[in-house]
Amino acid sequence: MMSGAAMVVRALKDSGVTHVFGYPGGAVLDIYDALYAQDDVKHVLVRHEQAAAHMADGYARSTGKTGTVLVTSGPGATNTITGIATAYMDSIPMVVLSGQVPSMHIGEDAFQETDMVGCSRPIVKHSFLVKRAIDIPKAIAKAYYIANTGRPGPVVVDLPKDLVNVLESHPYEYPSDVTMRSYNPTLKGHSKQIRKTVDTLVNAKRPVLYVGGGAITSEASELITELAEKLNAPVTSTLMGIGAFSSVHEQFVGMLGMHGTLEANKTMHNADCIFALGARFDDRVTNNVEKFCPHATIIHVDIDPASISKTVAVHIPVVGSVDKVVEQVLSQLNKKDLTEQKQKLADWWSQINSWRDRKCLSYEKSADVIKPQQVIEALYKHTNGDAYVSSDVGQHQMFAALYYPFAKPRRWINSGGLGTMGFGLPAAMGVQMANPDAVSVVVTGDGSIQMNIQELSTCLQYNLPVKIISLNNRALGMVRQWQDMIYKGRHSHSYMDSMPDFVKLAEAYGHVGIKVNHPSELDDAMAKCFALKDRLVFMDIAIDQNEHVYPMQIKYGAMDEMRLSKTERT
Amino acid sequence: MRRIISVLMENEPGSLSRIVGVFSQRGYNVDSLCVAPTTDSSLSRLTIVTHGDDKVIEQITKQVNKLIDVLKVTDLTDGTHVERELMLIKVAAKTDLVRSEVNRTVDIFRAQIVDTDAKNYTIQVTGTSDKLDAFAQAMWAQTEVIESSRTGVCGLARGEKSLRV
Repeated sequence: MMSGAAMVVRALKDSGVTHVFGYPGGAVLDIYDALYAQDDVKHVLVRHEQAAAHMADGYARSTGKTGTVLVTSGPGATNTITGIATAYMDSIPMVVLSGQVPSMHIGEDAFQETDMVGCSRPIVKHSFLVKRAIDIPKAIAKAYYIANTGRPGPVVVDLPKDLVNVLESHPYEYPSDVTMRSYNPTLKGHSKQIRKTVDTLVNAKRPVLYVGGGAITSEASELITELAEKLNAPVTSTLMGIGAFSSVHEQFVGMLGMHGTLEANKTMHNADCIFALGARFDDRVTNNVEKFCPHATIIHVDIDPASISKTVAVHIPVVGSVDKVVEQVLSQLNKKDLTEQKQKLADWWSQINSWRDRKCLSYEKSADVIKPQQVIEALYKHTNGDAYVSSDVGQHQMFAALYYPFAKPRRWINSGGLGTMGFGLPAAMGVQMANPDAVSVVVTGDGSIQMNIQELSTCLQYNLPVKIISLNNRALGMVRQWQDMIYKGRHSHSYMDSMPDFVKLAEAYGHVGIKVNHPSELDDAMAKCFALKDRLVFMDIAIDQNEHVYPMQIKYGAMDEMRLSKTERT
Repeated sequence: MRRIISVLMENEPGSLSRIVGVFSQRGYNVDSLCVAPTTDSSLSRLTIVTHGDDKVIEQITKQVNKLIDVLKVTDLTDGTHVERELMLIKVAAKTDLVRSEVNRTVDIFRAQIVDTDAKNYTIQVTGTSDKLDAFAQAMWAQTEVIESSRTGVCGLARGEKSLRV
């Protein structure tokens, strides 16, 4: 027998939760009382609930485990909405426990009452409003089961205050097994579809593997590498799939899409067979759907049937998890003679290499001003390419994705689907919590970092030695870039006049700040930053304000119609 | 094209709002909606009439199926099916002439007068949506329609096909 509040904490422990990111308030005071003086579940006190959700998100992305958030009712709950939507768009497993006003006051517009189940409904995988205290363990167990099976996503558990009263006792029973008659994700691909897939892959003359976030979720990296090598096929990755296939592998042609490499987009556009693995043909990939990859037979593997043929009609749909399906494909491929594969694709590779020769990521360095690309290259060098790199949203995000080659999955942490500014710092903190000995970096900008800067205080409280690499161009770079390109350089509200002194700001929060103004200082400053292993370092790096991210797809065009610089087009 | 989507789902609080949410979030049309528990009270059956091209309908069935509470989804209009809708309609019936005319129409449509007072008839009519439209039109031609309420379509597939756990 225990109180509802104690049941919540115990059920978290029984669900394998190590960290809870949260903020107390009226409706969850009982739960916080139960959290007091126990060591099973570590609570991390944030400074804003949005950041709690992003931290849980970073924790989840870097480990594959479900992130957990605990907030009070009303504003506490609504502050997590952006974080929940971020996780939802990128299919990140997360459980958000929100306090609710006592059951008898629900619907009365009570103090700090919001209909959290209603508010979050469009951006959750599922939600529960718990009605009886004895249902708490079951609801929490189900929440974790739903969040981290099938296509993962956030689950909200709304807990009315009367249910968690520390003065009442109830029997605690955590279900030994969760099964739901209405929810059984398909993992293995249909054998007929697998046969069709194998035949198409073997007969393809210009194949490409198009790898997305689902490959990371299903831990399919090794299998995909084996498949790619067996087929001798080029591999491209979405923004969310970066790291699923090593970016330093010779068969990797780079990220595809709006800011993808020329060779990736050319390879896609000219392919005769596209094998999509846990990617969802997002508009930032396809450009104009009408002109999308006209020569290709498209095979689409996705655990979510609703993602298949949602935007682009595919020829061979395969519902299943990427790892299981690739395993099935490999077991069939192993029966085939693939010795000719290298020779068969020789023409395809020579074409791809000619696109590579264009060196679309080359840029001109300057003696006076730091280029954002060179900051990322320096970061790569000083972290030996082995850091966890979280990112905010904007130009710096694209530079990081393009200029930091990730060799491993779960190292690139970014808000791909929702594009949430303010995501980076708390995400990097969640990464650091989950991986205390790793190097956790956030690549950010002067705009994004100010959207959750208050978390510098949380970093001090928990000694999180996150390294902040802020590309400061005194402007909202990506907005400015579009204004340059489309709005005749009319920079409407894309610059900030009153930037804080970020070095002093970092120091005010008890951290180290380093200002870098000149290209000649960059290397030493980076070295100094990463030598300070136990401290948070805020690198405020002044970069060229006029730099644009290239390549960039041309609107309404095909995948491979791109601007390559301010003056060149494909 | 008009479609009738049938959904079998857990009879839980909030299930209906999730389904309605999918339609509003993703910009699908709802022409009518009919929902009630089944003979197994742990389940609800919901029938939605919608319209859209094949791609939209495919997305609707997939997105609804994706909801955790949903057990099964089928497009009844894919095969032969039986569909019915019920309408209660209150019409002015003040004179003998109107009363007898309305009565004749009620007979023709195999409807029933279920309530009456000095001034009104309340009539129940069941059938396809077209039949209900036609009946309402006939009433307007004969007298004043005071109010009406329709249940929305419910339906079952013909023959062996069924939607059950």
